[in-house]
Amino acid sequence: MSTGIQIRNLAKRYGDLTIIPDLSVEIMSGEFFTLLGPSGCGKTTLLRMIAGFNSIENGTIAFNNQVINHVPAHKRNIGMVFQNYAIFPHLSVRENVKYGLKLRKIPKKEMNERVDQILEVTQIKEYADRLPENLSGGQQQRVALARAIVVHPTVLLMDEPLSNLDAKLRLDMRSAIREIQKDIGITTVYVTHDQEEALAISDRIAVMNDGVIQQIGSPHTIYTRPANLFVGGFIGHSSFFAAKRKGNCVVFSDQYQVEMSNLVSDCGEQDVYVGVRPEEILISANETGIPAIVKRSTFLGRYIHYVLECQGCTLLGEHKDLEFTQEINVAERTYSSGDSMMIQVNTKSINVFSASDQTSLIEGVSRNV
Amino acid sequence: MFKKGRRPLDFWTVITALLFVLFLIFLVAPLLSLLLSGFRSPETNAFTLDNFRRFFQKKYYYQALGNSFAISFSVTALVLLVGVPLAYLMTFFHIKGKGFVQILIIISMLSPSFIGAYSWILLLGRSGVVTKFFAHLGIQTPTIYGFGGMLLVFTLKLFPLVYLYVSGAMKKIDTSLVEASSSLGCKPVRNVITLIMPLILPTLLAAVLMVFMNSLADFGTPMLIGEGFRVMPVLVYKEFMSEVGSNANFAASIAIIIICVTTGLYLLQRRVVNKMSFRMTTIKSIEPKTLTGVKGFFAHLYIYGIVLLAIIPQITVIYTSFLKTNGSVFVSGFSLNSYRTMFSKMASTIGNTYLYSFAAIIIIVILAMLMAYVSVRRRNVFTSILDIVTMFPYIISGSILGIMLLMAFNKPPLMISGTAMIIILAFVIRRLPHTLRSSVAILYQINPSVEEAAISLGESPGKAFFKVTAVMMIPGVLSGAILSWISIINELSASIILHTGSTKTMSVAIYNEVFRASYGTAAAISTVLTVTTVAALLIFFKATGKKEISL
Repeated sequence: MSTGIQIRNLAKRYGDLTIIPDLSVEIMSGEFFTLLGPSGCGKTTLLRMIAGFNSIENGTIAFNNQVINHVPAHKRNIGMVFQNYAIFPHLSVRENVKYGLKLRKIPKKEMNERVDQILEVTQIKEYADRLPENLSGGQQQRVALARAIVVHPTVLLMDEPLSNLDAKLRLDMRSAIREIQKDIGITTVYVTHDQEEALAISDRIAVMNDGVIQQIGSPHTIYTRPANLFVGGFIGHSSFFAAKRKGNCVVFSDQYQVEMSNLVSDCGEQDVYVGVRPEEILISANETGIPAIVKRSTFLGRYIHYVLECQGCTLLGEHKDLEFTQEINVAERTYSSGDSMMIQVNTKSINVFSASDQTSLIEGVSRNV
Repeated sequence: MFKKGRRPLDFWTVITALLFVLFLIFLVAPLLSLLLSGFRSPETNAFTLDNFRRFFQKKYYYQALGNSFAISFSVTALVLLVGVPLAYLMTFFHIKGKGFVQILIIISMLSPSFIGAYSWILLLGRSGVVTKFFAHLGIQTPTIYGFGGMLLVFTLKLFPLVYLYVSGAMKKIDTSLVEASSSLGCKPVRNVITLIMPLILPTLLAAVLMVFMNSLADFGTPMLIGEGFRVMPVLVYKEFMSEVGSNANFAASIAIIIICVTTGLYLLQRRVVNKMSFRMTTIKSIEPKTLTGVKGFFAHLYIYGIVLLAIIPQITVIYTSFLKTNGSVFVSGFSLNSYRTMFSKMASTIGNTYLYSFAAIIIIVILAMLMAYVSVRRRNVFTSILDIVTMFPYIISGSILGIMLLMAFNKPPLMISGTAMIIILAFVIRRLPHTLRSSVAILYQINPSVEEAAISLGESPGKAFFKVTAVMMIPGVLSGAILSWISIINELSASIILHTGSTKTMSVAIYNEVFRASYGTAAAISTVLTVTTVAALLIFFKATGKKEISL
């Protein structure tokens, strides 16, 4: 009975400035959908358009295929959670939560039951009669969540709800939000710039940049098989080699080339960028590979993080550094600054992008799954 | 699920349009008609520059402009000389009775300057107490009338402005800045010159403008104490109100000259301040030190001396209100006769004052909050209009405002001259900008998402404003409004032009009584006004929990 959101050819402009040129996406009913991207990518703008706080310059937004472009915000029956909580400071916790129910003229008995129930679910019952100023950030955020959910909104919209919390609390709230959302089964659109948060909490993620959705997919897909160079660079810590593709081979340097089994069908020789994550680098058991010198090493407990200078091949980026993490448990030896090593890449997990249009050359990877 | 159809008219679009219409009818149209009438010939009503020619050809007229500049420059210089050291001493050192001194300074600022003028006449005027005392000893005291008297009254009335501005700015200087400067080898005295003065300079300039404009625009003081020393506001008033040969067009052209001067000064000041302004973050303000020995003695002497001088008018007024009078002459002994006369003859002025001022302040608060909202949150045409509105009281003095409204509203369709409405309107226009500015500042501190939260829960935008944002704004707006209310009940220069017999306010009554030389009743009304002012000030302190006001 939950609601799907259909967005078609949506555009947002402020005067001459185009924030979102042309965006289409379908958010499934009951799913936890995250808009992820760097600041200024238009994710909050999109969320506020769904909420009705931003005007729509072109295209349509529909709830269950009913266009809502001209329905004002207060009639859309949304639940919204704001970055700064936006708790009414002059009302007690209970009155805050009751606010939307009163507007919906819910009978008193039912209203009290629903408030009590949601206070319990969000674990703020003991603070019910306090004023918000006496609550911690995490507690305030629970109030905001309870207030948004208790009205049984069509969709739940969350705008960076955790970014003002400290790291530990963020983790707790993250799982709380996820659990509550799954229990109630409400369609949720969640905005964040924190990729770890997005990966942990979402059913699907839309990675945005410059008002354009770069890729939509499950957290696993987005992380392991980025559809283009932007997504590959934005998610995780990839280093990029400038390399050549010849048939099924990727040539890193005169000394090192690998054969791939999952490249899209051959179109001759072309320039490519190879995205390699720090954990996708292996230390060569023999003399084949890329020779590298350790510039810096940082001990991180379970891992050692190295910054390497590679020889005979080209890396993108200002410093032309290659990042490599070595798991301590399985390490035969560790290295210090100045040591040299021979490295290889894990051909099963690395990503190859066309240098000309920056899209992935891995078979079966698409922008929209 | 949702009703189809055209988007309904947004609440804020309606409000914006409404405010815009009010702005056109009550500010733009009257101002334009004032400006236009200055260029019209009184005889033929044709467009002409004759009015201006006449002004600049006759010494009688253009001398007033020179006089106005002379008095304003002198006052500004003297006020800086008095006010800045006062602020420095009060901020950087422990002064005994600091809180009390501060309250006395604020009271002497809030009470109207014509009461100051009038009580200095009681003391140093032709038949003043001090004058008579020295005359007995065969010593002739210098005259209080004319330039000197105005200088004295204005300085004592306006130094608190500089004091409040500058000490506010000095409190914002972080102590670490002074420490950093000292650690780099700067001596304390050089600190003042190289560090503190530059840091307070933008504020100081704002204060200078305020002082200059105030002394340029004030009407009551020169009228009472100026005598032969003619200044512009008096000239405008006389040209406009005189029984014989009243000349509205000529008065309007004089008003235009004043407006040009004030607008020019205002824009210049704003340009300079904008260029110089910078942001400071204050974590720990400067800790006052203890002054010992001779230094401490002279610091206290200076501060107490000035504050005593400033508060003498209030004391004189309250004291004389209890004296026995015979006609206009004070006789020995005390009585409550002045109060009896006041209540029997002028009770209505007290009622009027309260009624008009409360009506005005309610309108001001509502308008200010709505205007602040549309200009901050909606960023439409009003954002730019806001600037003009806030600049209005700086460039249009009270008497010019009075003339402007009278000329605009003494004919249909909006014939409100002679009614209470026009006085309330003048009050609103004069004090709205102050409340508007504080509302804007308060609104900037309230996150828009609180209101959006209410809307997302199903509240309509209009209701969300009143139930959420307005509720959050109101404490700050109201406490600022108390100060506006105080200056409304003390307003003279516009109400003197707009009042009729039945719409007289207390300050107008005081002015009339002084002119009729009924000093006893004047003192009684002044006392009521002063007591009201102090009471309101105490409420303000209670409401804000602070013993100071910031401007």
